[in-house]
Amino acid sequence: HALMIVFLISTLVLYIIVAMVSTKLTNKYILDSQEIEIIWTVLPAIILILIALPSLRILYLMDEINNPLLTIKAVGHQWYWSYEYTDYEDLGFDAYMIPTQNLVPGQFRLLEADHRMVIPVESPIRVLVSADDVLHSWAVPALGIKMDAVPGRLNQTAFIASRPGVFY
Amino acid sequence: MAEDMQAKLEKYRTAPFDARFPNQNQTKNCWSNYMDFHRCQKALDAKGVDNAPCEWYKRVYKSLCPMSWVQKWDDQREEGTFPGKI
Repeated sequence: HALMIVFLISTLVLYIIVAMVSTKLTNKYILDSQEIEIIWTVLPAIILILIALPSLRILYLMDEINNPLLTIKAVGHQWYWSYEYTDYEDLGFDAYMIPTQNLVPGQFRLLEADHRMVIPVESPIRVLVSADDVLHSWAVPALGIKMDAVPGRLNQTAFIASRPGVFY
Repeated sequence: MAEDMQAKLEKYRTAPFDARFPNQNQTKNCWSNYMDFHRCQKALDAKGVDNAPCEWYKRVYKSLCPMSWVQKWDDQREEGTFPGKI
């Protein structure tokens, strides 16, 4: 049914376009300097396409991850993250946010966790983000990462922490 | 060949870049290696050959797949409700 309607409408539109284009009548009030109008419409379109194609290619190339040293899985739950380091043995732990009333002076509200995800410095790390129940999102703005955690899907992101420290 | 496999396994750090799955969605990568390990194991066991070469797939799927997924799939294989063909 839907396809029939699509065909119907596209046939109608095509007919109207052809009828508009192939008429012998000329509306002289809307016709003026056709040539330059065409040039300065088509030329920018071409330039934009020439910019877009390499740009899209680079976008996908950026995604290709070369030789991480470590893979960490971040799995989102309601309402904590669990981290798994399983390259060598099955290591996993949960990280809950420290509630505001339990904070020690000097700690950041809503940002601190009881167990932090620990990573080696200056090493390419691959993080695979997923979720256990609903959609979550794993982000560390200081490292420039954000990745959606979708149940049943494994999203890959990679980074290198070039300096030691705590990143939020 | 077995020595190369041993050497490769000893140098194993993490799952290397797989050109079959270059993009963000690595779900198939995890699934594929899990299937490959179990099929390899089944095939080599049927032949009565040592299944050490399958160990690579096991390391990769252990690196990539969340432990809960592996657990679930192992349970399903035990029960006979596993959705893949091994």
